[in-house]
Amino acid sequence: MTQVTFSPSIKTRPVYAPLQSQGDAPAILLCEGDGALAILDLAARDASVLGRAHLIHIPAGTAHGPRLRALGARMYHEAPSFEALAARYGKALADATMSTRLYLAGTEGLIAKATAAALAAGLPHQAIQAEHRGSIARRMQCVHCKGVTEEVTTDPFTCSHCGLTLFVRDHFSRRLGAFQGVCVDAETPGDVPATQEIRP
Amino acid sequence: MSARLLRVTEVAPLTPLVTRFRFEDPDGAPLPLFSGGAHVVVEMPDEGVLRRNAYSLISAPDDGSGYEIAVRREDTGRGGSRYMHSQVTPGTLMTVTSPVNLFSLDLRARKHVLIAGGIGITPFLSQLRQLARMQAPFELHYAARSRAEAAGLAFLPSAPNIHLHISDEGNRMDLGAILTGQPLGTHVYTCGPEGLITSVEQAAARLNWPKAALHSEAFLSPPPGKPFDVTLARSGRTLTVGPNQSLLEALEAAEIDIPWSCRGGACGQCETAVTACHGRIDHNDHWLSDDDRAAQQKIMPCVSRFQGQHLAIDR
Amino acid sequence: MTIRFNDETFRDDYTFFNSPEAIARFPFPFDRDDYMYSVNMEPHKTGPEGTPFNVRFDVDEHYVSEMRDREITLTEDPLRCQSLPHMELAGWDLLELIMRSKAEDYPELFELHCDGDRWHWINRPLGIDQRFTFGDATTLPYGPMEYITRQAQGDFAVLDQREDNLWMDAGMVTSQADWSLDFDIGMNFFEWHAPVPKAHEMGIFQRALKFLMQINQDNPARRLNWTMTVNPRLDTSPENYHKWGPEKRTITSENVGQKQYLRVELQTFWRLPRSNALAFPIRCYLINLEDLVSVPKWGRRLHRVLRDLPDELADYKGFAVNRPVIVDYLSQHDDGAATSAGIYPTADDAPRTPA
Repeated sequence: MTQVTFSPSIKTRPVYAPLQSQGDAPAILLCEGDGALAILDLAARDASVLGRAHLIHIPAGTAHGPRLRALGARMYHEAPSFEALAARYGKALADATMSTRLYLAGTEGLIAKATAAALAAGLPHQAIQAEHRGSIARRMQCVHCKGVTEEVTTDPFTCSHCGLTLFVRDHFSRRLGAFQGVCVDAETPGDVPATQEIRP
Repeated sequence: MSARLLRVTEVAPLTPLVTRFRFEDPDGAPLPLFSGGAHVVVEMPDEGVLRRNAYSLISAPDDGSGYEIAVRREDTGRGGSRYMHSQVTPGTLMTVTSPVNLFSLDLRARKHVLIAGGIGITPFLSQLRQLARMQAPFELHYAARSRAEAAGLAFLPSAPNIHLHISDEGNRMDLGAILTGQPLGTHVYTCGPEGLITSVEQAAARLNWPKAALHSEAFLSPPPGKPFDVTLARSGRTLTVGPNQSLLEALEAAEIDIPWSCRGGACGQCETAVTACHGRIDHNDHWLSDDDRAAQQKIMPCVSRFQGQHLAIDR
Repeated sequence: MTIRFNDETFRDDYTFFNSPEAIARFPFPFDRDDYMYSVNMEPHKTGPEGTPFNVRFDVDEHYVSEMRDREITLTEDPLRCQSLPHMELAGWDLLELIMRSKAEDYPELFELHCDGDRWHWINRPLGIDQRFTFGDATTLPYGPMEYITRQAQGDFAVLDQREDNLWMDAGMVTSQADWSLDFDIGMNFFEWHAPVPKAHEMGIFQRALKFLMQINQDNPARRLNWTMTVNPRLDTSPENYHKWGPEKRTITSENVGQKQYLRVELQTFWRLPRSNALAFPIRCYLINLEDLVSVPKWGRRLHRVLRDLPDELADYKGFAVNRPVIVDYLSQHDDGAATSAGIYPTADDAPRTPA
């Protein structure tokens, strides 16, 4: 799978880089879908990263599970969704120490949600690495009703909660794990620009 | 930097080398409060040289009735601490700045680990009072050569989270053990000799700690050295910096206007551009980056010195 | 000094007005005939007597009505006031700073009596008489920051200082120029300024951050910022953009003088003692063009500034669509005469030449 190159943007727009091994430190590795390939690449570069690792995989329709399991992490778990994983991921963070590293790989939405939960648990942001794989769909917060719409692929888009037509900003909140969506026709109701696919 | 004239109201030895001084407003006015880890700068008119030394406040941050500091006599130093020990008595009026904090607690921390070496205990004494008031979890590790030299002992309660490491008693500090297993949200603060700070950084790096969770304050005083000349590019004047004088003090003696705050190479206020350098700057600060140091185009006049043929600065 | 508090609104029927005294002391933000970003910091609490520059927290004729407007906004959306858990100590610092300043600067309006931690606060204009224990939030109806900023004009950001940066970790924000506290809370100085065009490349934020981190207790600082707002509306939040946005398109050459306002932010910066946090009050002053041009120097200068402003800045400040009408109106109040230095008129400024 080719990796996405994102356009340069403002300072809040998250940037991603290939995962770098921190050796055999205690680690939580969380990957979704083709994010598994980033973990496989990481393990190929330095197998010691799995020595004390808790590896969690959300297949999301992919078939990478057997190869991930075969990496021999100390703990391996598959979950059907991030939501299903919440309690287990929360426990892993609660048991973590200041030596624990977090490796994330997958879509922007997965990385955003997992980062926000880790920061809320007290993990310093320097202990978190993220590599983007898969869709460039965004997790958008409506600034008006505060509802989060997942998997946004067009600009503008319709808020799945309040129905306003929102444009997609690059302004991103790590705390919320979401980009900001703002009403596109606030000044001239009904005057909505043509819908475009969002670009990386 | 604003300052006020305060009266010394107590001078009390804590150990043979360390003395506690208390300052109060002569009219009893309350002094500005501060946060744990803050310092003040005390002015000393020492035989024609105006010295300004920074000292951590050891009194309670929410007590404005007075400021207390603990000063260790450095017989090989430039004279500031000798002045405090020999010239200052109850009743002496001294100019003291408002508190500034370059070593504050990270209030998000779920746990604070404080590591003190020797006189480096001082900033922690005010932090401990703040932590107690906030009811925040902490542990203190205090290393000293002997009990007799441990000036902080008088202020420390006996409690399970207060650990003394007295090397004379064979009870040395094991940094690896201290840093292992600390829960998420722990912050570590180190104050003491450079060697201790480096050791904590190395132990933390071995254990994969993120740097943002590490805080340190090295108590730097301007080191003495060989005299050197400096040319002031704006006026063309040349000054000589004496062996027991810092470049900053020499500039002040020549009535050159220059901002300052910590006077210990940490805050960046007095950073000065170097316009010509034929020789080597001895960078003694914690402010400039390694690249800045190598480029020799900036100098921190509060602690750094020069050896060589010619130094000119943008003042 | 007595202040007559206006009975006025900042929404719906917009009965807001400036008295002649309020116009004369207006903090006009331009000290020259053009504008570009700069780190325009200066010491606070210095400035001509009677102006907003010479008190710590200015109280003016709009105080009571502004606090009523804030109450309406907070009732509709409590997320406009938030404080991350580690910021409570800074909240107490801010409460003390504002209470002491107001009681000392306006003794006929405010009183503070302290007996150790037992405090007694009297706010006459708002009819508040509160006894509480300093440091114990259960003795106040709100957290300390919310309690005091419901009684102080302007928005308030409270910034935590750590990792060589400032973090927007608490705030009361009900009269903002189009940014969301709920979205930006927890961001550092570069992050919450990320949407601002040009200034990053100019190094403005690097220099400003360095300056702000070195502010100490004795030396509060200030700067002015500005934008343009249609109608005297305080709540120009992104949250409600779909509600107030249509008003922006109602400007015509007939109503521009009354409906178009210059919106000035007097930003001040205070080192807080107990928390080492930085308080960042953002006080908003509004004046419509009609009142503004009654000071000939300001009419001339605002015309030149807005006429020559780079398009990117007019876009960012959100008035590009109305700029032609505004500039046309102001041009009728610019006779080309020279303007004096500084922001207030001096004897050197010519009286207006009749158009």
